[in-house]
Amino acid sequence: MKIAVCVSHVPDTATKVKIGEDGKSIDPNGVTYVINPYDEYAVEEALKTKEKIGDDSEVIIITLGSDISKESIRKALAMGADKGVLLKEDNQRDSFGIAKALAEEIKSQGCELVFCGKQSVDYDNSIIGQLIAELLGYSCVTVVVELTIDVNKLTAEREIEGGKEIVESELPAVITTQKGLNEPRYASLKGIMTAKKKTIEEKPAVDSINLTEVLRMHLPPSKQTGRILGTDKSAVPELVKLLREEAKVL
Amino acid sequence: MNMFEGADYFDVESLLSEEEVLIRNSVREFVSKEIIPVIETHYRNGTFPIELVPKMAELGLLGITFPEKYSCANLNYVSYGLINQELERGDSGIRSFVSVQSSLVMYPIFVFGSDEQKNKWLPLLGKGEKIGCFGLTEPDYGSNPGGMLTKAEKVDGGFHLNGAKMWITNGTIADVAVVWAKLGGAVRGFLVEKEFKGFSAPEMKGKHSLRASVTSELIFDNVFIPEENLLPKTEGLKNALMCLNQARYSIAWGVVGSMMTCYDTALSYAKTRIQFSKPIAAYQLTQDKLVYMISEITKAQLLNLQLGRLKDKGNAKHYQVSLAKRNNCEKALEMAHISREILGANGITDEYPVMRHAANLESVKTYEGTHEMHTLIIGENITGISAFE
Repeated sequence: MKIAVCVSHVPDTATKVKIGEDGKSIDPNGVTYVINPYDEYAVEEALKTKEKIGDDSEVIIITLGSDISKESIRKALAMGADKGVLLKEDNQRDSFGIAKALAEEIKSQGCELVFCGKQSVDYDNSIIGQLIAELLGYSCVTVVVELTIDVNKLTAEREIEGGKEIVESELPAVITTQKGLNEPRYASLKGIMTAKKKTIEEKPAVDSINLTEVLRMHLPPSKQTGRILGTDKSAVPELVKLLREEAKVL
Repeated sequence: MNMFEGADYFDVESLLSEEEVLIRNSVREFVSKEIIPVIETHYRNGTFPIELVPKMAELGLLGITFPEKYSCANLNYVSYGLINQELERGDSGIRSFVSVQSSLVMYPIFVFGSDEQKNKWLPLLGKGEKIGCFGLTEPDYGSNPGGMLTKAEKVDGGFHLNGAKMWITNGTIADVAVVWAKLGGAVRGFLVEKEFKGFSAPEMKGKHSLRASVTSELIFDNVFIPEENLLPKTEGLKNALMCLNQARYSIAWGVVGSMMTCYDTALSYAKTRIQFSKPIAAYQLTQDKLVYMISEITKAQLLNLQLGRLKDKGNAKHYQVSLAKRNNCEKALEMAHISREILGANGITDEYPVMRHAANLESVKTYEGTHEMHTLIIGENITGISAFE
């Protein structure tokens, strides 16, 4: 079986982002990029699935982005994936535009099982997996924390508000992965050296329209400095009044 | 997760290959997730986190420079340096474990061992299924190992070994010890296995340094060593010193990891600690300390990288290794002290890693050739006059 993992190259969550000159994209200068943390669970689950169902299956990493995205593909290959595909695109795409190109590639590779992180930590749209499934006519199980795959059937446990849900589905399917599904392995030194010999196929991403457009980005307002209303109980009435009228939390 | 970004003021990373960066990052992540969360407790309890050994082996950290046929990664010396640097950011004791296993146990077996010895031991040591130690130093012979009293005597089918070694990292937990002893006047290497009768390795207690590392005595009371456990290609003390050179190389890199974490801790503390209504980073005295730290880190990084490139070409000289070990250990200890100063009283607690590093580095500056001995090795090389022989 061919297993696809869609991997996104995103700014490290610890990076302080700045908005670029155009006012609608991130300034890449000084930003450290990493593999999207939720995609690491996707890679790990794909590798575990391959280990379980046998060696004739293949794990293919598919990424849409510019040349620098190859770093994340390389990391996934070092973890043990078999090959990588970089769908080259230097311009910003919306989720639909990204999903469209990924879906085309998944179709042409003939992958029956697709893993995606439940969301990318850059734009947080949490929608790529669902779009791919829709575009390909695959079933889709999101926010998965436990997964069992038998021949053509899968059983998944997914997180829902206040509880868990057990879902059964047939293949082909798209699974979006949540923290807790597994513990991603480290790229071993041997894995890193072996990854050198694995190929990353590069090709232009298929054209697609964007259905949404970013008009403007802005940073959250900086925290205002606190106010000290007093240091004894005489300040309480004023505090209650402000909590009610200004902060509107009471 | 909040990835440690290191300290790289001169973009030294751009001098590394893509694989070298990936290797460093993988070990960096391992240290953040597996070592740092547990190390303070182990340090306080005086225990070595032995549960990390299989994980380090799986990552491929043991004997990384040796060929694939021994289940090793066959990587270059710059990569070996980088993994030591990252591990010592966690703790000098963990880095010591890896240095000893790789440079002082696997290396002599690889270089001086028979094919049978190599085929038997290297895969086991590389996979972390067996642990090794290195016995050279004796209670009365530290800087002057040539005076050693441990003796091997030829007997039927092998040798009888008598004597004692001291300050041996991994001794008590080791399955095999590479022991140096005089056989008819020449220093030779022997593989002494844990279960050999008359061999014991009691742990040395009471350390204020390297508390998360096992340090032991090795005692040989008429231990019978079979013929096949003599390292056949050892000829004299110089072979033991070749091993030390390997380990010194790993130390020169390792301590830069300590420097980076001490600097990183001091810098973020200085930016957030407010005194007299300003962060202490705003004061000239603090800036002077921080600038000194980043300058010394940068110099040490460049020194290591060039040493590594020379070593990968087979051109690194022992006195160059001495210079890097001597300089970097001295500066790392100084960095830990300065970092502690910037942190004020907070610096002495285990909320921060700097006091642990400072205590560890007292050992690191001393073992594998004291600071003073490295001075005299370099002194001898540049003047042509030995000050100690």
